[in-house]
This record gives sequence, structure tokens and C-alpha cells, in this order.
Amino acid sequence: MIRFLIRRTLLGIFVLWLITMAVFGLFYVTPNNVARTLAGRQATPATIHLIQERLGLDQPLWKQYFDFVGNALHGNLGYDYYHQVPVTTIIAQALPITVSLSLGAAILWMIIGVGNGVISAVRPRSIADRGLTVFSLVFYSMPTFVLGLLFLYFLYFKLTLAGYDWFPAGGYVPLTDDPAQWARSLILPWFTLALVLAATYTRLTRGSMLDVLSEDYIRTARSKGIRERRVVMRHGLRSALTPVVTQFGIDLGQLIGGVVVTETVFSLPGLGKTSIDAINQQDLPVIVGIVLFASAAVVLANILVDVVYAVLDPRVRLH
Amino acid sequence: MNAENPKAETLREDVEHAERVPTTGESAGARTVAAVPAKKIEGRSPWALAWDRLRRDKVAMISLLIIVLIALMAIFAPLFTAWTGHPPNEQYHSTGLTLNGLPKPPSSTFYLGTDDLGRDVLVRIAYGARISLLVGVIATLITVAIGVVVGLAAGFLGGLVDTALARLIDVVLSVPFLLVAIALVSITGPSLTVTILVIGFFSWASVARIVRGQVLSLREREFVEAARSLGAGSSRIMFVDILPNVLAQVIVYTTLLIPVVIVVQATLSFLGLGLPPPTADWGGMISEGQAYYRVAWWFVLFPSVALVITTLAFNLFGDGVRDAFDPRTDQLLNK
Repeated sequence: MIRFLIRRTLLGIFVLWLITMAVFGLFYVTPNNVARTLAGRQATPATIHLIQERLGLDQPLWKQYFDFVGNALHGNLGYDYYHQVPVTTIIAQALPITVSLSLGAAILWMIIGVGNGVISAVRPRSIADRGLTVFSLVFYSMPTFVLGLLFLYFLYFKLTLAGYDWFPAGGYVPLTDDPAQWARSLILPWFTLALVLAATYTRLTRGSMLDVLSEDYIRTARSKGIRERRVVMRHGLRSALTPVVTQFGIDLGQLIGGVVVTETVFSLPGLGKTSIDAINQQDLPVIVGIVLFASAAVVLANILVDVVYAVLDPRVRLH
Repeated sequence: MNAENPKAETLREDVEHAERVPTTGESAGARTVAAVPAKKIEGRSPWALAWDRLRRDKVAMISLLIIVLIALMAIFAPLFTAWTGHPPNEQYHSTGLTLNGLPKPPSSTFYLGTDDLGRDVLVRIAYGARISLLVGVIATLITVAIGVVVGLAAGFLGGLVDTALARLIDVVLSVPFLLVAIALVSITGPSLTVTILVIGFFSWASVARIVRGQVLSLREREFVEAARSLGAGSSRIMFVDILPNVLAQVIVYTTLLIPVVIVVQATLSFLGLGLPPPTADWGGMISEGQAYYRVAWWFVLFPSVALVITTLAFNLFGDGVRDAFDPRTDQLLNK
């Protein structure tokens, strides 16, 4: 176990190192005219040069890279081009929003996805099964932004017009300010993100549950007289969950994409929206910082998923 | 002689493989016997069997029909211009906008209404289908081609090659794809080529992982040894002997990847990084319509419907293809 963790951590660091190179190379090699933009319309070449010097853009590339990595190792991801705010501060401000959004959505999509999958698998080809299959395929085919806009139109705009002011169109209320308003401000984004992703889990759980329920040990459990509910939940679900956990690990990378879109649609100032804004302003340190941070999160989450995997399925030896 | 023998070997292996695919474990023999009615037995390739199953799948066939219709709409988009008399980028400032300069609802002149610049939404949807299908198909093919070659090489060559490629797969899979794609497109400037290349570049890893896993078990089989003892080289074994055996899985994955790619392209457009205006594409239309959803629902709804119908059709068809190649779930239920 310990050896596994060490190995995975080293691999994760290696992966992150490759990502720093790739990201840095891609973003800093391409010509950009941040200095020009910052200097304003009537800038003299001298001013532009001065700005370039201040931002460190006149240094040779390898020096910029080593400075960047060196600072990053000290927890300093640089400063944004426009207001000289540390990138770490920007991330720290946006992070609670993104975490609130993705954690809530993850819980929701696991409940919806796995729950529907189990219902489908217990009574295959029933009306419930067919209904849920269609339901999940429709949401699976729906781009996140389309679902978000549908929610905005019907649940915010139409309901509010009709006098039911239940859901806000966007904005974020910190959890520490008012938990009820926090949940209210996030409920549409949660469902937007969760429903699109839940579909994969419904299909996955259904398939793997069907496999498991036809195993001999399930028949044994049933013939011992254990109640059906317990057979499904205790004996079946536990082993049926292994592929679900693997998928969860894979989806964490994808989740970031969904978060970007959801935050844009509902104007939540989380990491996703911040990075889109940074991209539109060519604010390289912020882009690089967020991409790096997000990759690190994915790498870390994948290690955790592997550990959970081993707990769920004792046959898996971590080596 | 050399050319014939490995082929025969592959064929036999194919048949064997096909028998093995539907059922796992010991009960394979029993079930196959039970499933075959007392009819004259004729040899059919797994491909013919799969095609047979697919043809009988009503949902898959209807989805295929819808896909064909959308493709026809894309190919014959100019006919929509001829029919309505509205070119896709023509702005009808007097007839297509209200007095306040807002989009006009569906009417007998503009069947699906107009957008914020007074352009015909229907015609633009027809032209937009071109972009979605083009990117969906080409980017998927690039993705699959890279993925198959990398997966084959990693799985078959093994050793240092495998280690390096497997790490590379890990790296690509842990990059937050959409974020990097957005950043890249914003630097290079949006264009069709960039979109296709970015999608292809970041999506091949999952294909490679699947192929690699398959190849790892296939390369230990006897037919590979047989081919090698006949003097076949590595590349011949990889592409002639092993590739046909992973093809079914690759095809299934390809059909299911197309809708994903279409969504990614639409998402890039939605975020303002699709194609430079005035090119009509669905994601871009939805993005422009977003600001008007309170006053002009048709502007955002119809492109969304087009997009969802397309991805849904591809997904249903892909499901059908998967079931056709791997009818295991069905057999589990029929027991």
C-alpha cells in the first residue's frame, strides 16, 4: 500500500512536470502582445519595453521557465498582468465556488446515476428501466450549456415571470454568509452539471449490476433467504461499483470542462469563469496557474480513486 | 504461400473470437447450442452477424435514418437558401428585425424566426450542420487513427516503448482538456483546422488505452506466434493479424466518440472560440442567442434542438452498434 502510494505520487509529480513544460511552452512561446495592450494606444516603444521588462517577458525562455517552476515550488504562481494580484490569491478566491459547485454536483450525480442504474438493473426491461434508459440517454446527449440554458429559461425566467421567485439566474452567495441562500444560488448549476454526467453512471451501473446479479454468489445469497433488498444493496452493489469508481476517476478531468461551461452560463466567478476571463484577456500567468492547479487536482484525485478502488474490491492488489 | 496462411489463421481466430465474445466462462458451449435452432448451419463472419443484428434493431435504424437526413441537410444546405430565398449570412434589417431591432418570431417568411442580426435561423441551422458533422467525423477519425497506432505499438512492442507511451497516455488523460483547448484556441485564433487538431490531439489517449489493453492479451495468443514463425514482421503482425481483432471495439468506440466530439466543438463555439463570424455553427448560434433568451426563445431553442437531436441520434446508433457486436447484455437477460 505504502509502496503503491509512493510510486503513484512520484508518477503524479512526473506527470505534473511534463504538464508544466507543455503548458509553459505552448503559452509563452506563442507571440503575444500583452505589453502592447497594457501600454495603451499611445505608448512609445520605450514604455512597451519597460512593461516587458517588468513582466519578465524580455528574459530568455529557459530562464522564464526556471523562474516559474522555482516560484511554483515555493507556492508562488506569479502575478496577473493587469492588477499584479498573486495568482494564488486569485485561485484561493475562486476555489470555494468551484468546490461548492463540483462537490454538490458530484454527490447529486452519484445518487441519481447509481440509483437509477440499480432501479433499472433490478427490473430489466420494465417500464421504469426503459424510461430511465431514455431519460439518461437524452441528458447524456445534451451539451451542458444547452441544459443550463433550458433551466435558465424555464426554471428561472418563466417561473419568475409567473411570480415564483424560486431560483436565481446566477451569482454566488458564500456558504459562510447564508447556507440557505448558498444552496439556492447553486441548485440550478448543481443539477445542470449532475444530470449530464449522471447518465454515464446510470448506464454503467445498470450494465455492471446486471452482470453481478447473474453471478452464482447472488443466487447463493438469495437461496439463503436473505431479503432481496439486502441482496441487491449489500451483495450486488458493492462489486458492481468498481467500474463506477474507475469512471469517476476518468470523469474528474472531464468535470473541469463541465465546470467551465456551467460557471459561464450561471455567471459564477469560480475557477472556470476566471480562466475564461483570463483567456480573453491573454492573462498568461492566471491561465497557466489555473491549468496547472486543475491538473494537479486531477492527478491527486486519480490517486485517491485508485485507493478507493482497492478498498471496494479486495482482489485488487496495489502494486 | 506466406501471404495466405496468416490470413487463414486470422479468419479462424476471428470465428473463434466471435464465439467467445458473446459468452464468458464455461457455459459458452451450452448456450451456443441452445441458441441455434434446428436449421441448416451456414458459416457467417462476425461482421455479417453484427450487421444482421444491427439491421433488426429498430431504434438504431431510425437513428441512422436521422443521421442520414441531417447529413443530407448539411450537403444540400444551399437548397434551403433556394427554398426560402435567404442566404445564410444575409442580414434582413427591415424585414427580419422588429422596430426595436429585436429578432422576429417564426413566421411564413422566416420559418424558424430570425437572429439578432435579422438572419434566417432555419437556413443558418442547415449550414451549421456542415460544421458539426465535418468536425465530428474528421476529428474523430484523426483521434481514432492516432489512438489505434499508439495503442498497437504500446501493446505489441512492449518494453521501453510501452512504458513511454503508457506514461504519455497518462499525461494526456490528466490534462484538463477543455481548459487547455480553450487556451490554445484563444492563442492561435479560432479556425476549423485548429478546432479539429485540438480535439484530435487531446482525445486519442482513451482510444489508445483501450486498444493497448486488448493488444496486450491478443499478442500472447497462438495465431500471433504462428504468424511470427511464418516469418511475418512486427508491423505486419500488428496491422494484418492483430488489428482486425480489435476493429470491432474500435468501430463501437468511434461511433460513440462522434457525438462527444460534436458537443466539444459546440462547447468551444459557445465559449466564443469556435469559428470566426459570420460562419453559421450551432454552438455559436446558441451562444449568440443566449443573450436574447428572454425575448427570442426561437433563436436559442432551434439550434439547441438541432444539436441535441444530432448527438442523440449518434448515441442511439452507437449503442445499437455496440449491442450488435457484443450482444452479451441481451443474452444475460434472456436466460
